[in-house]
This record gives sequence, structure tokens and C-alpha cells, in this order.
Amino acid sequence: MDINIIGGGPGGLYASLLLKKEHPDWEITIYERDPKDNTYGWGIVFSDSTLGSLREADYKTHDRITDKFAIWNPIDVHYGGERIRCGGHTFSGLMRSDLKDILRERCDELGVEMHWEHDVENPREYAEDADLLIGADGLNSTTREAWEDEFKPRVEMGDAKFAWFGTDKPFDVFTFIFRENEHGLWRIHAYPGRKSTFIVECMEETWQNAGLDEKGKEEGLAYFEDLFSDHLQGYELESKLYSWRNFPIVKNRTWSHDNVVLLGDAAHTAHFSVGAGTKMAMEDAIALYEGFEEYGPDDIEGSVRWFEKERRPRVEGIQDASRQSRLYFENTERYTDLEPEQFAFNLLTRSGKISYDELKIRDKDYTDDYDRWYAQYAQGGDEKRAVAAPPMFQPFDVGGVTVPNRTVLAPSPSTVGSSGRPAREQLERFVEHGHQSPGLVMTEPVTVSDRGRIHPGTPGLYEDGYVDTWTDAVARVNDASTAKTGIELFHAGQRAATRPRRYGLDRSLPEEDSWDIVSASATPYTDRSQTPTPMDDDDLEVVRDRFVATAERADAAGFEVLQLNMAHGYLLSSFLSPLTNNRDDEYGGEDIETRLGYPLEVFDAVRSVWPDEKPVTVKMPATDWRPGGNGLGEAFAIGSHLDQHGSGLLTVVAGQTTANDRPKFDTDVLARYSEQIRNELNVPTMTTNYVTSNDDVNTQIGSGTGDLCQWNPPGLDVNSL
Amino acid sequence: MQVGVGLPNTLEEADAELTRTWAKRAEAGPFTSLGVFDRLVYDSLDPMATLAVCAGETEEIRLATSIIAGPLRSTALLAKKAATVDVLSDGRLTLGLALGARKDDYDAADSEFRSRGARFTSQLDELRQIWESDDIGPEPVQDGGPELLIGGTSDPSYKRVGHYGDGYIHGGGPPKIFAKEAEKAEAAWNEEGRPGEPALWGHGYFALGDEAAADAGREYLLDYYDFTGPFAETIAEGLLTTPQEVVQFIRGYEERGCDELLLFPTVPEMEQYERLKAVVENEWTDT
Repeated sequence: MDINIIGGGPGGLYASLLLKKEHPDWEITIYERDPKDNTYGWGIVFSDSTLGSLREADYKTHDRITDKFAIWNPIDVHYGGERIRCGGHTFSGLMRSDLKDILRERCDELGVEMHWEHDVENPREYAEDADLLIGADGLNSTTREAWEDEFKPRVEMGDAKFAWFGTDKPFDVFTFIFRENEHGLWRIHAYPGRKSTFIVECMEETWQNAGLDEKGKEEGLAYFEDLFSDHLQGYELESKLYSWRNFPIVKNRTWSHDNVVLLGDAAHTAHFSVGAGTKMAMEDAIALYEGFEEYGPDDIEGSVRWFEKERRPRVEGIQDASRQSRLYFENTERYTDLEPEQFAFNLLTRSGKISYDELKIRDKDYTDDYDRWYAQYAQGGDEKRAVAAPPMFQPFDVGGVTVPNRTVLAPSPSTVGSSGRPAREQLERFVEHGHQSPGLVMTEPVTVSDRGRIHPGTPGLYEDGYVDTWTDAVARVNDASTAKTGIELFHAGQRAATRPRRYGLDRSLPEEDSWDIVSASATPYTDRSQTPTPMDDDDLEVVRDRFVATAERADAAGFEVLQLNMAHGYLLSSFLSPLTNNRDDEYGGEDIETRLGYPLEVFDAVRSVWPDEKPVTVKMPATDWRPGGNGLGEAFAIGSHLDQHGSGLLTVVAGQTTANDRPKFDTDVLARYSEQIRNELNVPTMTTNYVTSNDDVNTQIGSGTGDLCQWNPPGLDVNSL
Repeated sequence: MQVGVGLPNTLEEADAELTRTWAKRAEAGPFTSLGVFDRLVYDSLDPMATLAVCAGETEEIRLATSIIAGPLRSTALLAKKAATVDVLSDGRLTLGLALGARKDDYDAADSEFRSRGARFTSQLDELRQIWESDDIGPEPVQDGGPELLIGGTSDPSYKRVGHYGDGYIHGGGPPKIFAKEAEKAEAAWNEEGRPGEPALWGHGYFALGDEAAADAGREYLLDYYDFTGPFAETIAEGLLTTPQEVVQFIRGYEERGCDELLLFPTVPEMEQYERLKAVVENEWTDT
């Protein structure tokens, strides 16, 4: 068997030596553009788990690599004058040049043919000459380019600028430094090695403000030596190849075609902040080698297919985590209002793979200390308590009402009942949820008008006669629970007059049972829905007055929190979205400010009759999840105006503003919207993603993703009706 | 959790006798449902016709398509066939639907492959309409029509579950993959505001007995899933070939909240049924 390998980096070298060791009779030839002794690059990092697979694959390289290792386990976060340390994250690292030397020597011992300073212009010739061509030629792979139509690569550039430096200053652990100066916020990723690696990352604007686009190497290094003089303590920064880049995210539809296979960065990249690039390339090499073990030397197709099957799920997992990590570092400016302790907790949990409980396993002292800090942060006072409950059990003040913990039970619209008078089951469920002692128990959406019912049994508070039933329910919660009580008010608008949701959503009632419905514009919710009548001036006034009257009844019933629903395609939401608002009066138009006009009037009117010492909160959409609809930019505008008008908290949901939206159901997508709105606007939020464990709640509250957390605790079917 | 057994309807040599005997034995055994697969360009029995025969041979056991490629078919014809099997089985049909990934099936059925996602969404809406209206009978025995499960792992699939389905039917794999994808279906259900919880179904493949049975099973899976490329290998690797693997698999699904797990044969022999039955009956009890 003849194998050509383009690229003499760790992936190409390691694949060569593994295959050559097992099959000494194979002709394996490496072609590398750079000289043999090129020492481009600084340190590389391995996580613990990689080492086991290296040992199994080739003991000798493992031995030599580990001899060179620097090993550490804490992560230090420097921010706002504090250093926060969290242990238990085992890493090891060595210089890239040392690793290459070890691998190259081992290739030599085994008889791999290596051509240095050899430019490959046409990879196709190298595929024709051999039984197998391995493209291990990195980020800008010429192999990938030559078979572009087959591999179907997608390369996306990250937003941040970064440069790699080295320094003799010993960093003894993985160190993140965040520092703001007049030019912007700088992120440093520094880690140990024979020489320490010191990566500087910033946003383009900061980079330009600092004049780095015009500064040469010496000036550039001097700038950072000065800015980080307290950390570098007189040591210099070094640069081998001074350049500022944006990180390319490489993905390929497939990694193999005929007798050509891609591995390492040529096939896939992961942001350097997760330290996985070299690790993935070497694991690729192992999997390729194992493919031949599995299928035998005669079956190239089977071996390569096995390699891709083994590696793809693992690589995609790392790419997911690395994407979250990259987004964190591209948006760190958003987190600068967090206290250093919470800033660090948020950083540690950024990828979504490490939760509160996971941190507790890694470093219990760290999480215990964080609990104590969080308790003081939540409750005030001058001193940290000796022992404190985790973040989810800390109280929170929502616009004057203190909820005793961070969990919220808030059921979806129910399907029982036959008129707007709250049905016994609906009331009983509310009471039962209250008795579970969440921080806050919410009613299901309660309508302000009979025309605003989703279906005939949607509970209402639009008649004075309905007040007593709710008063009784609220009293029964208060008698037996510390939970605060909240009511969500809404008008279903274009989604009114539908059949019970048991067999599906938004299925219109038979004509004889239906009623005329209203919305911002004449937009039927689905193809089969009734076309709503656009609200005229009288309707606007009547509905606003109904919201006000209902709020007064809710106050009389004893609810402490009032939430207005401006989401999910219901009446107020239909004004916000350009997809459902084509009014040509003052409440329509291209600007979110004018489309927000009517919902804000309703908010103000309700706020004015609702007691000052109790909050009005708003459920709002973070996005329409539709091209041409509202996105996060509009959500920031909506949230900001609501905040200025005195909303106590924003409950962040997304989509359903039209029936044919394209929602995402990643378990944390709504939490991420909550985090963005909360930290961008500096307002309290409630998360609404599908959360079922204490660990999820602690992670979300601890990291500042939200202030309250709507959840579905184990053993309780929140949406039982 | 309940355990169902697949029929050998996509295995060559699955004739009338094997199908009938299989169904009757399953009804008498520990299984709560019978499943069928759907493939057009393949040597396989039609899923609805197969279930119709089984409806006549059984009285209690649920009859499930797992899954049928919905948009491959005319919605009205599919609605009528499903309603018919529901009537003939006295309300025992569970209709599992998904897109189907095989372009050759779509080409052979003269059905456009590219637009199947959009057609599937409206098909789900129309199915309920047809079952509830008086125009196209029969009226299904089950309220709202046959239990409707929806499969797939894309975001639009989960939205369909939340919007139209009674539950989610997972495409197969280790329990932890099931858990991850079922959680998205639950999230969709919850976020879309449906009452209650979605039914969650899973499935796996078995070939019990000697090494030859395991080899034959793997060979079938590699062939049946050949169109998925390298992924066929992963599916074949997941084949359950020992009683221990079967029990572990069942336990894994149970722990992760599955409501009904269908185990499909990969070797068309009655002996395979008996071996599975022995394992399920003797080694596992629903906790």
C-alpha cells in the first residue's frame, strides 16, 4: 500500500507513524511545505482523556510526550481586580515544536519518508500516485480545495481578532485575564509550557482603537507588555510570526472521497479557547489507523468510512462546545456588568458542557465559596455566611416583591373548562402548584376579554363575578406556602377561537361555536384560520380598558405579580411583529418603536392602576424566528422601552408569533436569549427553556443567564390540563 | 415503559404465515405492540396492508407504523387507510409518521423529494381535518383519529410534534441519544404550549442466537441503511445480539423516560421471536 500525506503537522506525522508501525511494508510519504525545523507556534494543550488514547495507540510517543509535559488543573480568572481560581480541570501541554520533534523522530525510526520544503501544487497527482491520499494540510488545506465539490467545505470567520505570543514569564495554570482600557476590552488566554503561551484576543473595534492596524511587531508587543505589566512582571512578549487573524471555523459535508481523506484542521476546526485543535487531529489519526485494523489493509473504503463514523459525532460535539466558547469571547463586553465572582462562574459554564454540579465535582471548595458569595449578593449584608444554600434557593426582589427562591411554575394554556369562568381543575392546579413552594406560582394565561379566549374554556378575569374564585385560590396558596402568586393576562387575538389543544394547536372552532376575532391586522394565523378583523380606534380603547379593568380585579384577588403577555402571536404580540402588523396608522410601520406603541400604552395603563409596590412583568419574544420578522435587535429595543416604562422583569420566550416560524429546540436556546437580553440591557429576566433539574436552575441563576427560572421539576406535570 | 416487537415486514421471506404467526405469538406474549417499517424500493411488505392482516389475527395488541414516510403518499388515501386499520383493529392503530430519507422511494412514487418537509407539515394538519370531517370515512375509533406519532431529528420535526402530534417516535440508537432527542421533543411540546406530555417511543434491532444470526442481522442492517453512508455502520454496531444487551437496552430506555420501546427483528425466523420473548418475559419486568 502506498500512502501520500500532505502536511507534516502533528496529525499527518502521527497518522504516518501509527500506520507505518503496524504495516512496515507500506510506503508512507509525507510532503510538507515548511522546513524541517520550522518551529512556528507556541504551546498546545491536551485534556486528560486524550492521553489514554495516545498511550494505547503508541506507547513510545506517549512516553516522550508526557516527559515534556507541563501539567496543571486550576483555571484562574482575572477580572475587575480579583483573581478567582477553580480547580479540577486537568490539562497538560507542551510546545508545538517539541511535539513535532518527537513525532518526526518516531517517523524516522519507523521509516516514514518525509519531504520538507516541498510545495504541493496539484494534490490530484498525489492521489493518483498512491492508494490513499491523506490531506493533513491544516486550515488552508489545498487538498480540501482541490476536491471542493466533493467535500463541500464551509468556512466561516469569527468576529474577534487574535494573535499568539510566547513569554518566559511562567504562568503556572490556565489563566484568563480580562482588562479594559481606553481602547476596549482585552482577553488573554495564557497557559504553561517550556515557554508560556500568551494569546491576545479583542474585537475589531478595540484593535483599531489601539492602532494595532498600523503598529508593527515591536510597537504591538510593547503595547501589551505595558498593558499587562502587572502579570508579565518585566518579562517580554515574543512573537515568531507577528500577525492578527480572525478564527476560521471549518466544517466539511464529508471528510472522504474516493481515495482521499481529510484529517485535523483541514477537516474541522474548533476555537482555540477550548484547546482542542491538536487533540482532534491526533485522535483523527488514531481513528484512521483503527479503521484499517477493523477492515484490514485491503479495504480502504471501509476503513475510511469507519474513521468518519467514529470521529464525526465526537468532533461535532467539540465543535458545538467550541462555538459557545467562541461566542462567549466574541461577546464578553456584554458581561462586564457582572461582579467578578459571577463573571468567572459564567465563563466557566460558557460552553454548556460544564454545569454547577459538574463544577462541584471538580472543586467543591470553589462552589461552596460561590454559594456563600451568591447568598451575600442576593441577600445583602456585610459578611459572607459560613454556609449557604445554592443560588436557586436565594431570594430575589421582583419590583418590590421578594420571591423566596428562583423557581417559577407557569403552566401553558389549558384545555379544560367550557366558559371563561375559571374551571375547578384550573383553580385546583394553580393551588397545587403553589403548594409545591416555588418562588413564584403563575396562573396559566388568563384572558381580559371573552373574545380573547384561545378556546371556550380559557379562564378569564373579565367579569367581576370571576374575582372571588381567584381570591379564594390565591388565599389558599398563601395559607400553605411561601410562594408568591402571579397572574398572566393576555388576549389571544388572532389565535382565539380554536379547538382544545389536545389534538394539536390552532385548529379553528367549528363555525357554530366560534366568534369574531381581532388582531393588529387581517392576518389569519394559519392557512385555515379565521381572518381576524384589524382593530380600529374603538377596539384599541376597549381592549386597553379591559386590560386595566382586569388588572384591577387581579389586584383585588390578591395577586402580587402581574405579567402581560406580549408574545406567542397573541394580541399584543401581533402589534410587535412586522409579519402580523401592516397597519398604516401610528401603531404600525417599519420601526419597532411605532409597532410597540399600542402594547406600551396598554402597559402604561395597567402600570398606572397596579399598586406601586407590586411589579408588572412582561412576557416578550426574543425573536420571531422568521426571515423579515423581529430579531434580537428589536427585542433589545422592546426590552429597553419596557424597562424604561417600569417593567419589573422580562420573561423571555421566542417564536410562535407566526404559525410557520422556524424555532430551535436546543435545550438552552431560550436561556441564551434570556442571557443576552438580561446582560445587554442590564434588566432582570426569567428563563423559560425546558429545565427539569436543580442543576440546570443553579447553573442558569449562578451564571446570570436569568434571575428567575421557569421550570418543569421532576415528578410534576406542570401542563397537566 | 412497555415493550413492543417489530414484525419482519422489511425482511425478505416474510410471508403470510410468518407474519400471522408472529402477530399471534406477540399477542399472546409479553409485548404490547407490533411495529412495521416502511420502504418502497425494497423487497418488503406494505406496512398498512401488513397491519390490516395483523388486526384480523389479534385483539389486544397495539399496531404501530414505525415509521411510515408520510409525504410519500397522498394525504387523503393515507387518512383513509389509517382510519380503516383503526376501525378494523377496534382503535388499536398508532400511526408513526416521518419524512423518510430515501430519494429512490420518492422517485418511484412520483412524489417530489425536495418539497417533502413543507408537504408533511400540511399533511399533518389535513389528516386531523379528514378524520374529524364527515367527507372521507370511516370515522376512526380513537378520539381525534389514530394516535399520531411524529419522528425526525430536525427542529421542524420537533415543532411538528409540538403542533400536531400525540407524541414522538425516535429513530433508534443508544439510550443516551434517545434521551437527548426525546428531550427536544418534550421541550417543543412544552414551549408550544400543549397540555400533558408527549408519548415517547423508541426502537432497536435484535438478532439473538449464534454468531451466524448476528452476522445475518448486521448484513441486513448494512443493506437496509446503505443509503445513509457511514452511518449504516453505526446502526449495525448497535444491533442487540445477546440477552444481556437486550436487557441493558430496555433498562436504558426505561430510565430515560421512554413509554414504548419497539424491538425489531433482523432475521426472518420465528425462532428470533421466541428468543426475544424469553428474554423480555424472564429477564425484565416493568417497574
